[in-house]
Formats: sequence, C-alpha cells, structure tokens
Amino acid sequence: MTFEEQLEEYQRIIGDVSFPTVKKWKEAHPAGKVVGMFPVYTPYELAHAAGMLPVGLYGAGGMVEIDHADSRIQSFVCSIARSTLELGLRELTKDFDVLWFTSICDVARNLSGVWETNFPKQAVRYIHYPQNMGSPAARTHYRAELRELVTMLEDAGGRKITDDAIRKSIALYNEQRRLCAEVYEIKRNAPWILSTYEAYVLIRVGTLMPVEDHIPILRSAIASIGERKRPPRDFVRVILEGSFCEQPPLELLKVLEESGCAIADDDLLLHTRWFTGEVPEDGDPLGALASAYIDTTRYSSVRHYGPRSRKAEFLKKIREQNVDGVIFAAPKFCEPALLDYVLFKDELEKAGIAYLGFEYEEKMGVFESIRTQAETFVESVMFFS
Amino acid sequence: MDQHHTDEQKFRFQGTGRDLQKKLLTGWYDRLESAADDGRKVAYLFVPGNVAEFLRVFDFELVFPEVNALQCGVRKISGDLILKAEDIGYSPDVCGYVKNDIGMMLAGNTGPSGHKLPKPDLLLCTYCGCTTFIKWFEALAHFYDVPLVMLDVPYMRSGELGKDDRDYITAQLKELIPLCEKITGKKFDHDKLKTIVGHSREAEEIWVQMLHAAKHRPSPFDAYFEAVFFMAPIYVLRGLPECTGYYREAMKEIDERIEHGVGPIPEEKVRVVIEGPPPWPHFRAFWEMLKKWGVCSVASSYSKVGGFWDHGFRHDPDRPLESIAEYCLTCYTNLSLPMRTDLLRKYAEEYSADAILIHSVKSCRSFSVGQADMRDQFTRVWDIPTLLVESDLADPRYFQAAQLRNRIDAFFESLEHKRLVQA
Ligand code: SF4
Repeated sequence: MTFEEQLEEYQRIIGDVSFPTVKKWKEAHPAGKVVGMFPVYTPYELAHAAGMLPVGLYGAGGMVEIDHADSRIQSFVCSIARSTLELGLRELTKDFDVLWFTSICDVARNLSGVWETNFPKQAVRYIHYPQNMGSPAARTHYRAELRELVTMLEDAGGRKITDDAIRKSIALYNEQRRLCAEVYEIKRNAPWILSTYEAYVLIRVGTLMPVEDHIPILRSAIASIGERKRPPRDFVRVILEGSFCEQPPLELLKVLEESGCAIADDDLLLHTRWFTGEVPEDGDPLGALASAYIDTTRYSSVRHYGPRSRKAEFLKKIREQNVDGVIFAAPKFCEPALLDYVLFKDELEKAGIAYLGFEYEEKMGVFESIRTQAETFVESVMFFS
Repeated sequence: MDQHHTDEQKFRFQGTGRDLQKKLLTGWYDRLESAADDGRKVAYLFVPGNVAEFLRVFDFELVFPEVNALQCGVRKISGDLILKAEDIGYSPDVCGYVKNDIGMMLAGNTGPSGHKLPKPDLLLCTYCGCTTFIKWFEALAHFYDVPLVMLDVPYMRSGELGKDDRDYITAQLKELIPLCEKITGKKFDHDKLKTIVGHSREAEEIWVQMLHAAKHRPSPFDAYFEAVFFMAPIYVLRGLPECTGYYREAMKEIDERIEHGVGPIPEEKVRVVIEGPPPWPHFRAFWEMLKKWGVCSVASSYSKVGGFWDHGFRHDPDRPLESIAEYCLTCYTNLSLPMRTDLLRKYAEEYSADAILIHSVKSCRSFSVGQADMRDQFTRVWDIPTLLVESDLADPRYFQAAQLRNRIDAFFESLEHKRLVQA
C-alpha cells in the first residue's frame, strides 16, 4: 500500500463509529479491557500499563444522527458531548469497560455523571486535574488522584500494576509524542509536503490502536513523507486555535488549506503534544506524570495556566512559528474556546496580527461560507499586511 | 377593632425578612462604594463555596460578581449589558452572567443599585463546581490587569467527601495567607478566624431551621422564590454578627406564619421541589405562572448553590480551616450529577412534594447539562411527575413567556386531573 492509500484506510477507520480496531483487539484479547478517553489530555500510560487498550473517544464526527441523546442532554450543548452520548445509547461503545472524563469543562463533567447513570456496567471516572499550578499541594493532590486511577484500573483488570510497568508505558508514549512532534515539525517547515489534514489522520488513527502499533506507522510515514517530491507553494502561515476538544470536520481542514492557509501549528489532538518535554522514565512514575502535568504542559483553554499567562504563551507561539495570522475555529457552544477567543483576539489587535474567527459543528455539511471567509482572509494578509 | 388592626397585631413581623435584607445589602454596597476612600482592600470571589470567613480575617471587602449579575437581571438591565459584551466579541452562546459582568465593567462598573463598585485588589477564583468561573476571572484579570489566585476545589467525583481533597484545600488556604497579609498589611489571626467562623455557625443553625420549616403544611414560605431573598445574607455577609442577627429576626417572621398557618400563597395546592437558578429578569412573571396553580416550592437546589447545610455540615470554630474546606467541597454546584439527582429525589420525599420542576438555564452548563437525564430518572425510575422548562438566568432573550406558560399550564392541569381521578 502506498502512503496515500494508507492514509485513506486510516481515514476510513476514523470515520467508522463501530470502532472496528477496538473490536478486533477485543477478539484477540477476550479478557482484555478497553478504556475510553474523552479529550483533551488523559494519562493513556496508566491504561497501557494495566495491559488495557486506551481509546480516544472523540464523538461521532457527524456520522450519526442525534436521536436518543436529545432526551438526555439539551440542544444548547456542543456536538461532541451529545454525539458521544449518542454512541453510548446506540450501544456502539459497549466494548468499553472503563471511561475517563477530565476536568476540562462543565459539559464533560456532567456528561460523566450522565454516563454513570445510564451505563452502570461501565466504570466511569471524572478526573480532577489541578488548577492551582502555583500550589505545592497541587502536586501531592494530583499524584494521589493518579494513584486512585491506578487502583480503579487494578480493580477493573483484577491485577496489580507495577511502577515498572508504568515506567515502560511512559517510555513508549514518550516515543509516540516524539514522533508526533516530528510530524508537526515537517508540516511546519514544509506544508506543501504534508498537510494538516494528512497529519491529523495519521495521528488520530493512533488513538484507536495500541501504541506499539502506532509507533511503526508513524516511523514509516515519516520516511514516506521524506520521499515525497512536491514543489513549494505560497501559503499564508497561520495558527489554528480553539479546536482542542470537539474535532472539526476533516473537510474543514481541507477547505482552509485549499484556501491558501498553511497551518503551522494547531491544538488538534493535543494530548499527543501535551508536554513540552519528555516525562522522566525513571524514579517515581506517578510523581513524574504529576510533575509533567504541572510544569511542562502546553497552554490550553481547558487548563488554568497559573501565575504564568496563557496569552503570553499564545503570543510566544505566534512569534516562534513566524505566522502571518491566526484562525480561531471554535466548536459551537464550547465555552472554554469561545471565552478565550475574546482575550486572544484582544491581544492580536494590540499586536496588529490578522485573525479570522468562526464556529463549527461536527455535522456541518456546507463549507462555502468558511471557504469564502478563508480566501478573503488569505488575500487580505497576502496583499495588505 | 377592624380587621386591618387585628392583622397588624397578628403579623407583627410581616416583611421583616425582606426589609432587613434590603437594608443589609444596601449597607454592604455603601461600604463597597467607599472602600477606596479609606484604603480598605477588596477581594472578588464567587458565591459557591466562598471562603468569606478566611478573607474577613484580613478585613477584605467582598465583591461577588454573580450577585451583581443577578441583581442586574432583577432590575432588567442585564439585556443591555450582555449586548455590550457581545459587541467586543463574546458569543451569544456563552454564560450570561459573565457577559453581564463584563458589560457592567465596560460601562464603568456601576453596580445594579447605582453604587460605584471598587476595583479588585485580589481576584480569588474559588473554583467550586463551575469551570466557567475560571474563564470568568481570567477575563477579569485580563481587563483589570490584576493578579488572579486560584483556590482549586476538587469536584465531589466519587460521591463522598475525600480527605485528600479537604487537605488540599486547607493547604491552599494556608499558602494564601502571606499574599493576603501583603495586600492588606494585616496579620493572619487564628483567634479572629475562630470568632468569625463561630458567627457563621450561628447563622447557619437558624438558616437550616428556616429551610426545614417548609416541611409544614402549608409551607410558611416559598423555598425558591422567597428563599433566594432570605439566602443572600448567608452567602454574602456570612461571618459578620449582623448576618446572625438577620436570621434571628427573619425567623420570627417565619415562626409567625407557622403559628397562623399561612404561607406565601392564599391556598397551597401543589408542593414542588425546584431545581436550577431562577430567570432573574422575569422573576415575578415566572412566579405568577406558578402561583396561578397554587404552587408552593417546598425545597430547592438553588438555595443551596453557595453552601449546603441540610445534612449537618456547619462551619466549626474548633476546625476553622478544615471546615471551610468542607464547605467548599459540599456546596450544591460541586456535587456530582448522581448526587444532585439523589438529593432532589430525597427532597421530594422529605418535603412531601407532589412534583419536581426543573428550570433549565442555557447560560449555566454546570447546572443544565444532564437535567434532561434527571427528568428521565425522576419520571421513569421514581415515578415523580417532573416538568422541565428552559429559559435563562440573565439573558431576557431566552424567556419565551407564552411557551413557558403553556408548558406550565399543561403540566399542572394534568396533575390536577390525575388527583381528581385518584380521589
Ligand atoms: S467541546 Fe468544549 S464545551 Fe464541549 S466538551 Fe469539549 S471543551 Fe467542553
């Protein structure tokens, strides 16, 4: 299979709401447990160390109609929450044994409660991430929270999880993060060789399979990309901001790129680039994960940034990436994204940096208006800035 | 003796709760307005799980942005303020309280009562069950350019109070002492904290008596539409002697009503438990829609939004910081969805309610996401008639009076019908 054919295959897997890779894994591991991970960042390492399959739960990407979930969650809520619940109510997540939601927003939090009530056979946990980054007590508390997660998995799997197993898992996920960073480096430096759309598919498929399988896929992809012969194109370099949780339709990414935007950096599938450095592979593994979360996490709208300012990090990223503008693409009804938009755009106006903002939904089918806005944006940046 | 005269003698305390509340709140806003004149320091914080006692040790004046927002709603000025915030880029789909507050700040920070509000010296984000709180204070930190301090309160995710969680909050409070000392120039005084916490405890005892009084038939007061007024001092003035004094006086009014067997409506026909915040800009209209059917609320979750004492919790002078931490953890907004559902169901039982009414507000996802599922649980599993209606707590655009009236009429008509048939 050529690299392009492989990408097509990965796209098919991502779009299949029956989770075919999970099914296959369960067939091969009849006693194995599956842990569903709602975005944005979740410690996949722990599930892996327990010998379980951690799986990214990213909604239905517009592939199912919201029928059943409507009677549980109101319409003024983001599509990922509604469509994830719809998957559950349609029994498409029945292979999942454990579900983890995290303290990213009130919607994800209450969704964990709805899940607990409606699916009593699955073990559900809402993970509290520290929000007081300046507090020494936050480290102790979060380490204890991780310990509880380990206990939960031990109960679900019926066996102990050793520190050594967690350290090994950390090493594997470090490798995955390193390779994902490499993919991003390529698309940043030569967007004509690798589009964001392609990078997305390549990385997203990894949330649906064991990390041991994803690592060789990334390695061989990086090699194939290196062999691509494509002439450089003129792009407007942008940062894509706001799509950290609900996934934008793939078509939307394509439209932006076709309109002449090269997305130098973004906050898609952020968990694969969550840390700015590597998580230490020796010593106390839970302590290492806790410290990594507190000290070396990239800024995100779903994590309070402590005494440091998220805006400063945002501006730093813009300068480092040497971009011409910012595209804010926020899921409709997503408060973390929509509230940050105002502060970020205020900073951009002060700094004289161009930006474009719009909202999207999972089941969006028409992109013409966004295409027009993006083309106008590209023209205005190219000719007037 | 004419009837009027007799009533005057019978109801010596009528209106006490309301009048005294108004007086106390006006006094509070007066103090806020003059804070800058004599250099008193100001802390902004949120109502749910607030750490008022802790801040009062340093003599901070306290500003609660949601209280300003709800008062703007009651005075029907929230609509314009919300539009001001939308003008600078806030989406129509984000919390109306946040937009009301930002709009108010953009318009010069004059409070709902016409008082000028002071700028914050400390933004203390007490993160008790609402993630939007964090975004809200991040925005205030951006616009006021003042530092933001976080008090991280873990959610009651396992359904019970965890020691790790309590210790975490206590540790954070201790870590906060040097900063508060620096801002105010006042030393932390443990004995003063104990005294303040003692005042809280006294007020809490009476407040709980008042809430429990709704178990009477007829209920002497409406545990939603009246409780939201009666509850203001326990949330914003807690720890001050005048707060305790308030509850002593207000309780006289309630006792008097019990003595004479009267309630908030001429005839109590339906007892309901109400979930969710009120539609402040249309508070009266909403109440009238229910009064029409003889509906009295006997318990509500909104009156527990800032703190929850029903199950015995009290601030404790012998464990001041630990009890403050427990208070933060157990306020209604910090309870998990299954805990909330269970609580409301128990209320229906304890207060002999006939139905549950859920007022679902678009602004507040912390409250509203999952309420439809709650309704499903109440009706399907517990066989409690439940009505869910939608509008908003701040944004008048979402209050569709005619539609709401129809839903309410249909629900209570069918309830009445069912009763007739059963009788
Ligand atoms: S899309 Fe936004 S609002 Fe929805 S679950 Fe994710 S972070 Fe929360």
